[in-house]
Amino acid sequence: MIDIACIIATATIAVASLLTLYRLTRGPGVLDRILALDTLVINTIGLIVVIGLWFRTTMYFETALLFAMVGFVTTVALCKYLLRGNIIE
Amino acid sequence: MVIVEVVISLLVLVGSFFLFVGSLGLAKLPDLMRRLHGPTKATTLGIGSMLIASMLYFWAVEGNPSIHELLITLFLFLTAPVTAQMIAKAHILRETRERKALPDTGRSVGWATLDPAEADERSEVTRTISTP
Amino acid sequence: MARLFPQPILSIVIALVWVLLVNDISAGAVALGILLGWGIPKLTSRYWPDKPRIRRPFAVLEYFGIVLKDIAVSNVQVAYWVLFRRGDTLRSQYVTVPLDLTTAEAITALAGTITLTPGTVSADLSADGRSLLVHCLETTDPAATVAQIKERYERRLKEIFE
Repeated sequence: MIDIACIIATATIAVASLLTLYRLTRGPGVLDRILALDTLVINTIGLIVVIGLWFRTTMYFETALLFAMVGFVTTVALCKYLLRGNIIE
Repeated sequence: MVIVEVVISLLVLVGSFFLFVGSLGLAKLPDLMRRLHGPTKATTLGIGSMLIASMLYFWAVEGNPSIHELLITLFLFLTAPVTAQMIAKAHILRETRERKALPDTGRSVGWATLDPAEADERSEVTRTISTP
Repeated sequence: MARLFPQPILSIVIALVWVLLVNDISAGAVALGILLGWGIPKLTSRYWPDKPRIRRPFAVLEYFGIVLKDIAVSNVQVAYWVLFRRGDTLRSQYVTVPLDLTTAEAITALAGTITLTPGTVSADLSADGRSLLVHCLETTDPAATVAQIKERYERRLKEIFE
């Protein structure tokens, strides 16, 4: 039962990622693309959690945690650059 | 046991549904400030319920409690508002059209993003963290 | 005790995060967590001249409960709007929320809560830090939204922090 739920969830997240890719390519502004990248990272975290549950392993959690941290820092750094023209002042 | 499995499956499906709704909002809504609503809300609950499902699985089915997942949930709940606000601030700074649509602050000064010098000097916020 | 742990909340959070990261509640992990909770605030004490005050620790739990409930409800609401409404028929607009809170921690908590709950995203703070710019996804009555934010969240945060 959990396996079937995991397959359906994986397919749903794949469609969601395609939707964010649509926004990433269409833009129109640079901030739309940053937001799309941030959403894509969160979708990837969801995918990693589902796959960890599917394969019955906790090994992937560090990956999910690292994704969350790197995604956050990337988004904030990009926004900071747009706001101040500099990242570390 | 079967009930636990049903609950886990439902949580996984609900989580993926909310992730889908967040991305759909991002792709469908017409301007950036509206698009911001989809990802910030839907994704936190989506990831949250998936991690609860995973926690429940390793605790109830496998029998070795895993509390790891709480950390990711906590981290996402703390960072989602920060990223949303950074994107909104950058948007307000860059788009002249958006700037004109902003309401009045109700104070004698403007919004912090648009006059940063004022923001440092005239701040009335009490801080406990020292700024260099 | 107060001299050993100048920032008790920070120390507890560090120890807790360490235990969660190791994913193991054994004596060793807890001991190392307490050691880190003692060492890190000591090393960074120059950046934290004062400590944030929490007046009523148990009100924090009540606040968390309310916010979690609102997050769940607001997600269903936003999902409905996203799925069944055309984007340009959503009446979204900015509103200004005048703040009664004055400490940085309380304002941060309020801004975070607003972003996570019913169809609102906090976008900016006024230069003097006394009013908050909030973007609503769907609102017909801005005054009611502001009143709800002030009554439901700001009043509770004022009790907790000030």
